[in-house]
Amino acid sequence: MNFGLSDEQELLQEALRGFCANECPPNRLRELFDAASGHDASLWKGLAELGVLGLIVPEAYGGAGLELLDLALVAEVMGQAALPGPFLGHQLVSLAVASAGSEEQKRVWLPRLASGEAIGTVALAEDAAAWEPESFRAQVQGNRISGSKCFVPGAADADLFLVGVAGGGLALVERKDAGVSIADQNGVDRTRPISRVELSGARCEPLSGGAQTARHVRDAGLCVLAADAFGAASKLLQITLAYTGTRQQFGSVLTQFQAVKHQLANMATELEPTRALWWYAAHAFDQIASESERAAAIAKAHVTDRALDVARGAVELHGGIGFTWECDVQIWFKRLMFDRAFLGNPELHRERSARLAGW
Amino acid sequence: MDLRLGEKYEAFRSEVRAFLREHWPLRGADAQLAPERQEKLFRERALARGYVYRGFPRLYGGSEQAPDALEDMILDQEFRTAGAPRDIRGIGPAMLAPTLLDCGSEEQRIRFIPPTLRGDLRWCQGYSEPGAGSDLAALSSRAVLDGDSWRIDGHKIWTSEAQSADYMFGLFRTEPDAPKHAGISYLLIDMRSKGIEVRPLRQMTGGADFNEVFFSDVRIPADSIVGRRGEGWKVSRSTLKHERNLIGDPRYLRNSFDSLVELARRSQRNGRPALEDSSVRQRLAEIEGYVCSQEYSGQRQFSAALRGQELATLLPILMNKLYSTDAMQRITRLAFDLLGGDGLVAPVAEEYGMASQLRTSGGWVAQYMFAIANSIAGGASNIQRNIIGERGLGLPRDPRAK
Ligand SMILES: Cc1cc2nc3c(=O)[nH]c(=O)nc-3n(C[C@H](O)[C@H](O)[C@H](O)COP(=O)(O)OP(=O)(O)OC[C@H]3O[C@@H](n4cnc5c(N)ncnc54)[C@H](O)[C@@H]3O)c2cc1C
Repeated sequence: MNFGLSDEQELLQEALRGFCANECPPNRLRELFDAASGHDASLWKGLAELGVLGLIVPEAYGGAGLELLDLALVAEVMGQAALPGPFLGHQLVSLAVASAGSEEQKRVWLPRLASGEAIGTVALAEDAAAWEPESFRAQVQGNRISGSKCFVPGAADADLFLVGVAGGGLALVERKDAGVSIADQNGVDRTRPISRVELSGARCEPLSGGAQTARHVRDAGLCVLAADAFGAASKLLQITLAYTGTRQQFGSVLTQFQAVKHQLANMATELEPTRALWWYAAHAFDQIASESERAAAIAKAHVTDRALDVARGAVELHGGIGFTWECDVQIWFKRLMFDRAFLGNPELHRERSARLAGW
Repeated sequence: MDLRLGEKYEAFRSEVRAFLREHWPLRGADAQLAPERQEKLFRERALARGYVYRGFPRLYGGSEQAPDALEDMILDQEFRTAGAPRDIRGIGPAMLAPTLLDCGSEEQRIRFIPPTLRGDLRWCQGYSEPGAGSDLAALSSRAVLDGDSWRIDGHKIWTSEAQSADYMFGLFRTEPDAPKHAGISYLLIDMRSKGIEVRPLRQMTGGADFNEVFFSDVRIPADSIVGRRGEGWKVSRSTLKHERNLIGDPRYLRNSFDSLVELARRSQRNGRPALEDSSVRQRLAEIEGYVCSQEYSGQRQFSAALRGQELATLLPILMNKLYSTDAMQRITRLAFDLLGGDGLVAPVAEEYGMASQLRTSGGWVAQYMFAIANSIAGGASNIQRNIIGERGLGLPRDPRAK
């Protein structure tokens, strides 16, 4: 028995940490954040070279054939680095095609997704609260789809959309189709911009498995978001420890004051044990099918809740500077706002987890 | 990550299950015995099979098995599922006996460990004093070596179970001139000694589980000291480590949470089970986030310990007590809310203690109060925050007070 990571998994995280530190140092991150483009070709290429873009794509299609837990560990590091880019949606499309695509769809898309040559994303919600498969309304007629999707991350750079269709199923739509139009939504998380996507009779190809596939993809997304949130909140804690350990008031560093020390200890104590929660959820997704849906729901709700508590403490403990555009705390604060709201708020997933428990 | 145990351990699990099916509950004439007799009989059989007190040598009444944390875990799970008694609970077997194993003399081990494990010798812990709680090293109760006995004078407080204990393990100042931490010794005291007076303190639950203990000119034999003179602080560390494990146990959280869900099922809101009320479901699901985190974090710590990598999980280890006592307060607070008007009714005597099964509303009312006590006992929450901050996050130590 081992409730822990393998050496390979730790090395993977290490390598990615190194990459983020080199390729996206604070000044670069700030540039990308201010530009709010959410995508940087050289970062994307670097990720492809590291092999993380095709992490969960089967080896037969040019990927690394790893599991969701590996992907979640990567997401943790990306959250720590607030690495801009369409990574989340890209992974979910890869997962959907790999698990529910036809042989033809796999052959066409997976190698290109794994190499990063094509970028994928997810177009699910149609209004602020409609993330679940049951609430998809986009209509398919023959091989044409019409509907209006919002909060699509990285849409401007994507080649392939995974679209939720009425009845709960999923379909693939190509960005270059004439029936697709995109409008920026001025996303709060400038590392992952979002768009509205209008589909008017665009060509689509359904994936198999209907709502079952959509739920599977959602559960993976919940685990990845929880991991990203954990990473982002740990980074905020780190930044705050560093700041309060040097900032002086009343003739002493802030951490010397017990009120500050205890607040930091509380923030850490709320957050740290949740690491095992999202590890478990991702592991259950890979290995314990009977528990995976519920574990993912609990993890996403709990981690993003606790992470936002940490974020609030981080702003407060920075004092006035913490509320400025200039202060980097906002980068992770907003990343966490995304992680919490994307794919549905804690309330939604708590209600589902209650139902799944038979309550 | 791989949560499977593997063939060898699954075989062990089946063996334990078979044993339990055959031996618990007791059958035939045995089943007519008084409950305590039944437990005793069962424990003897389990001991013979090597299933209880595994860490203790046969010589001291244990079953002397090679350390195997996975087997221990399986035993624990299976005994729990079967509702079978395992190690006798309480601070004697859980805290004092391992301390004697670590630091006691051979005579002390032979004399005290076996009856403690059997439950024939009951213990209380005499650390806290009116002027020394969180700042335990400030204690002032004294023991003076006088010929072949120690003479003790002083005053202990909050001593749980002192009223029924046979012995106390306690800390006393033996070297008045040594610096604060250095002048303390660890003594074992017969509670029937002349000069000891135990006065019960009534708790807010209504019960009286803890006491004040007064010592005036109490004499105990010179060999009642564990470890060397002035090194009692070091010895007590061994005990405190075991105490923290006792309080941080995530299984206790899970059991209490399951009882909470049951309570929500039984309670009514607007003529329907409270469990169907969306605000109740939300609170329950949020609390379960805490319970699961602690459960899995516990497994992670356990796994790291199996591999000798405790250092990798030092931070969560330091957090266990604060985290689980906080979570328990969340659980009992929701229970209190679910009780509605029944929360206005004070618990009756049978419901005061930790042992009450959380099946009655009075039991929950008592637990609601008791959960706060657990945030104080064994190192209060603020002290835990200091430990997490200083040892876990590397923050500066509190300025040393005069
Ligand atoms: C139910 C129960 C059973 C107990 N059983 C036993 C027993 O069997 N044997 C025994 O020896 N003791 C026992 N205790 C005593 C327990 O260990 C002490 O109550 C505890 O260590 C706190 O000490 P205190 O009560 O003197 O509070 P204090 O030390 O006076 O603390 C009061 C408050 O101040 C805070 N505080 C203190 N110092 C600091 C600091 N430096 N920084 C920030 N905050 C601080 C504490 O967190 C606490 O909230 C028991 C207590 C309870 C509640």
